[in-house]
Amino acid sequence: MSRAAIQIERLNTHYGDRQVLKDVSLEVQPGEILAVMGGSGSGKSTLLNHLLGLLRPSSGRVRILGTDVHSAGFAELQRLRTKIGVAFQGGALMSSLSVGENIALPLREHTDLDETTIGIVTRMKLEVVSLSGFEHLMPAELSGGMIKRAAFARAIAMDPRVLFCDEPSAGLDPVVAASIDNLILRLRDAMGMSIVVVTHDLESTFKIADRICVLDQGEVLALDSVEAIRQSPNVRIQNLLNRRTEDAEIDPDAYLRRLMGPNR
Amino acid sequence: MDRPGDFRVNAVQRILERVGRATVGAVAEFGYAASLLGEAVFWLVMGRQRGQPVRLAAIVAQAVEIGINAVPIITTLSATIGVMLAIQGIYTLRTFGAETRVTVGIALSSVREFSPLITGILVAGRSGSALAARLGTMRINQEIDSLTVMGISPVRFLVTPALVAMTVMVPLLTLWADLVALFAAGLYVSADLEISLAAYTDEVINLLKVNDLMHGLSKAAIFAVLVTLVGVLNGSSVTGGAEGVGRMTTRSVVQAISAIIVTDMIFAFAVTR
Repeated sequence: MSRAAIQIERLNTHYGDRQVLKDVSLEVQPGEILAVMGGSGSGKSTLLNHLLGLLRPSSGRVRILGTDVHSAGFAELQRLRTKIGVAFQGGALMSSLSVGENIALPLREHTDLDETTIGIVTRMKLEVVSLSGFEHLMPAELSGGMIKRAAFARAIAMDPRVLFCDEPSAGLDPVVAASIDNLILRLRDAMGMSIVVVTHDLESTFKIADRICVLDQGEVLALDSVEAIRQSPNVRIQNLLNRRTEDAEIDPDAYLRRLMGPNR
Repeated sequence: MDRPGDFRVNAVQRILERVGRATVGAVAEFGYAASLLGEAVFWLVMGRQRGQPVRLAAIVAQAVEIGINAVPIITTLSATIGVMLAIQGIYTLRTFGAETRVTVGIALSSVREFSPLITGILVAGRSGSALAARLGTMRINQEIDSLTVMGISPVRFLVTPALVAMTVMVPLLTLWADLVALFAAGLYVSADLEISLAAYTDEVINLLKVNDLMHGLSKAAIFAVLVTLVGVLNGSSVTGGAEGVGRMTTRSVVQAISAIIVTDMIFAFAVTR
């Protein structure tokens, strides 16, 4: 059996008739940070949702730590889920629970630790994301950057072996974004996590990633080291890296047809 | 190419297609509701064995929100209904000169019909909608997804406590509504017909059978399950942001009240045969 932390084999997915992911295959090694990049609508979020087992693929397999996410039994999937952490784009903290209770939630549900220990672990995790002293606030009372950091604290509460981050720096000012990048690097170095970062922030990708996977219209356009991606001769990758827009379509007929709507 | 006949065929086809889609959608929703109920009960019974017990604290929190906080409004409305029944009863029976027999009507109709109905409708408006809005917001904020990926069953964590709290609290609220409605009606009757409250109470106790009380309370328990399922169903199928939450909340109140009234009629028909 392969030792890769995450293995995706020939993943195909559809929303209705529209194919979103086409034959996506990739691996993430233990202790590696993989950045999944791509423009809007490239299938990044769909890929993440399949990795998390929230959506079922049309075909293909996703294995995380040796467990097939889509065919595992309840108990097996449950065991896997205590070993992965997810920091969602909007934080997804329970709005009815305080920050501290949010971080304590997985510990309360999955461990037999007593309240004192849970309290200590919670404060330790908040310490890691520089949010100590904020455990009694409600998520609604936090700023955007603080919510993201609290979401990180919850994601690492169970000391996961695999961490998924969805757009960790989107909508943050450069300083907070940089601190989140440093946090991701620290987590990998300190705990040896495998980390998948879904992002379209170039600067942060170049800083933290070991390898980059570029998705384009549901296909893996490139999967290589940061340096190789930078040097890539592929026009679409260069467009993405240099923030150039795609060339305008020079087909007046097609343009007119689109304007007239589908019923003509 | 287009002949007039084609348009008609197209229109009929479109209508049939829409009816078909709506039917399939409705059947799918019923199926989803049934599986949801099954899953919620499964977690209640098996949760501890599976390492995911349903927390008493969560049930109590829901019970306070659904039950205790509804007491003032339930009291006010059931008292009003009681007095209204007394007024109408006396007015109607006066045409036969039989107004002293008003107690029968008041006692049976409030215990068997009005108390469970008004309680069910109030709970649907207060708590069913709140449940739908809460779940809908949690869904669009990815809170439900985050529970799933943390290995916490959203049904066990969010639905089962609400279901248990509803099924316990709605019959209790109905019992309270019974008492208040009968008492308020008694005050009016004793004032209007100049009979003592003690005599009225005596008559009510003589008239009411355990069967009547159970009729109302079992209906209340069914209403509780209906309101919860409708709320959860609508909340968990929210799409389209804040507007979607609003739309599904409205839908859940309308559906819950309709379900309550229809079930009430079917239950009354089946039980009184």
